[in-house]
Amino acid sequence: MLTYLSIIVTAIFVNNIVFAQFLGICPFLGVSKKLSSAVGMGGAVTFVMVLATTVTWLLQEYILVPLGLTFMQTIVFILVIAALVQMVEIVLKKIAPALYTALGVFLPLITTNCAVLGVAILVTQKGFDLGESVVYAAATAIGFTLALAMFAGIREQLAMTEVPGPMRGVPIALICAGLLAMAFMGFSGITIG
Amino acid sequence: MKKLSSSLPHLILSLGLITIVVGAVLAWVYEITEDPIAQVEKQKKVKAIAAVTPPFDNDPMAETVEVEMDGHTIPVHIATQGGKLVGGAVDSYSMNGFSGEIDVIYGFNRDGEITGYQVIKHAETPGLGAKMEQWFRDPQGDRSVIGRNPGTKELTVKKDGGQIDAITAATISSRAFLDALNRASRAYQQAKTQYNE
Amino acid sequence: MNKLQIIYNGLVKDNPTFVLLLGMCPTLGTTGSALTGMSMGLATMAVLICSNGAISALKNVIPDKVRIPAYIVVIASFVTVLQMIMQAYLPALNESLGIFIPLIVVNCILLGRAEAFASKHPVGDSLCDGLGMGLGFTCALTLLGAVREVLGTGRIFSLEIFPENYGSLIFVLAPGAFIALGFLIAFSNYFKTRHA
Repeated sequence: MLTYLSIIVTAIFVNNIVFAQFLGICPFLGVSKKLSSAVGMGGAVTFVMVLATTVTWLLQEYILVPLGLTFMQTIVFILVIAALVQMVEIVLKKIAPALYTALGVFLPLITTNCAVLGVAILVTQKGFDLGESVVYAAATAIGFTLALAMFAGIREQLAMTEVPGPMRGVPIALICAGLLAMAFMGFSGITIG
Repeated sequence: MKKLSSSLPHLILSLGLITIVVGAVLAWVYEITEDPIAQVEKQKKVKAIAAVTPPFDNDPMAETVEVEMDGHTIPVHIATQGGKLVGGAVDSYSMNGFSGEIDVIYGFNRDGEITGYQVIKHAETPGLGAKMEQWFRDPQGDRSVIGRNPGTKELTVKKDGGQIDAITAATISSRAFLDALNRASRAYQQAKTQYNE
Repeated sequence: MNKLQIIYNGLVKDNPTFVLLLGMCPTLGTTGSALTGMSMGLATMAVLICSNGAISALKNVIPDKVRIPAYIVVIASFVTVLQMIMQAYLPALNESLGIFIPLIVVNCILLGRAEAFASKHPVGDSLCDGLGMGLGFTCALTLLGAVREVLGTGRIFSLEIFPENYGSLIFVLAPGAFIALGFLIAFSNYFKTRHA
């Protein structure tokens, strides 16, 4: 239980995927102008990340490793993720139209979200078992959602302030992200267990 | 050539062909690079062992004694010269690093004195924790661990009443380093008895 | 279109990092020093040139409906080839770039150029586009890496410019990446508006 707790705290705060590992920056900058869409994106990423990590972990463990095909990891994982995203889209449309309208627009963007592939590869490198992998994926996704939501809140405020010409838009957003990352550095060194 | 239309046979044919070609190319490159990759991995290990232990003339990778300690298996690579044990290299670790695990390989001579070390993996703050690589071999003050024997008395930082100067502003990293070191020493002592039997 | 013009577009006018804002993850994640930044740029460029060329050559045998999966397969296989070659012959570099090598697959620059350029232009032009975009990306990463390295440690490509003690470590760490990139993009905007 303690390992799980430690994984959760580390993945959300200490090694936050956006601020410490630099993964998922594209959606972080792209979908963070409004708080509501940020939360929607976070939800979609959480869903896909947990699903994708589970499937790729099983594939790695029971197919790639026994057959000695680990060098195909990258290509297999990305195809699985692309297929999963498509499937999730189709299934959601059929069985949960409400959820689909909420998450639908973000789903196609997730295929090229490097956080999803990144986490799938990271768990195989870290040698996690299935339970740890799923917990890690969920916690990382929550960390991503947290970062996205915080950042969107800041950007909503930023939109109303007077910013010097060349700094407008992405540059000032990046600098704010840097300050947030600095705040997150305060978590480093926290360990549980 | 006209662009292929999106009929089902075309889709399957096109994707299938691409996948087959890609699979073949990958398998071919894998064949070519398999040996160099294995070599690189082994070389890295052998180099690290040679850098930390006294001179030897055997293949320490082939004479590895595995020691069970704290629920982990710790490999101890035995170095011999002319068939006599001259020292060993221990792949040790500590879970108490500032941000998680650190992996260090330590070398010992036959008496159990430290002859060298190399940090293999760490996630400490760059610049601070990474000073480990130089700090503990620096003859200045009580920094160096080289020549000390943790077998007679375990090494700890001065803050904990020990003998070693901790890295400035990185006591946690220093503790983890010494934790891994003491574990290595215990594993080495145990491996020596196992090896002599 | 003139081939030089295509290369210039990728390098300056449509610079993937400063103008198109593509491929931000490796841009931030691998620019702790000028050398790692440049290596990442070159690795990406190699894959980009190959994938652009291959996709342009294959554009007529790939039906529209499956073009995205087909592109992904092509890109992923080039990345895997690169990964294996680097593991075998450049192990130190491979280790310092770490997970960002397999993640070239999801670098939006690659899929973006495949879709926006290579699928519509002849092979020669596509190769040039790959070269220009790749160079643009490499220059941007090297520049950002150099800025962070010099502010953080007082060195550029490990050459000492001023003593390390005057450096501010924060620039080598995560927050410095965001802040340095923010200012570089602001400078690039500034010069663009002045020249326009």
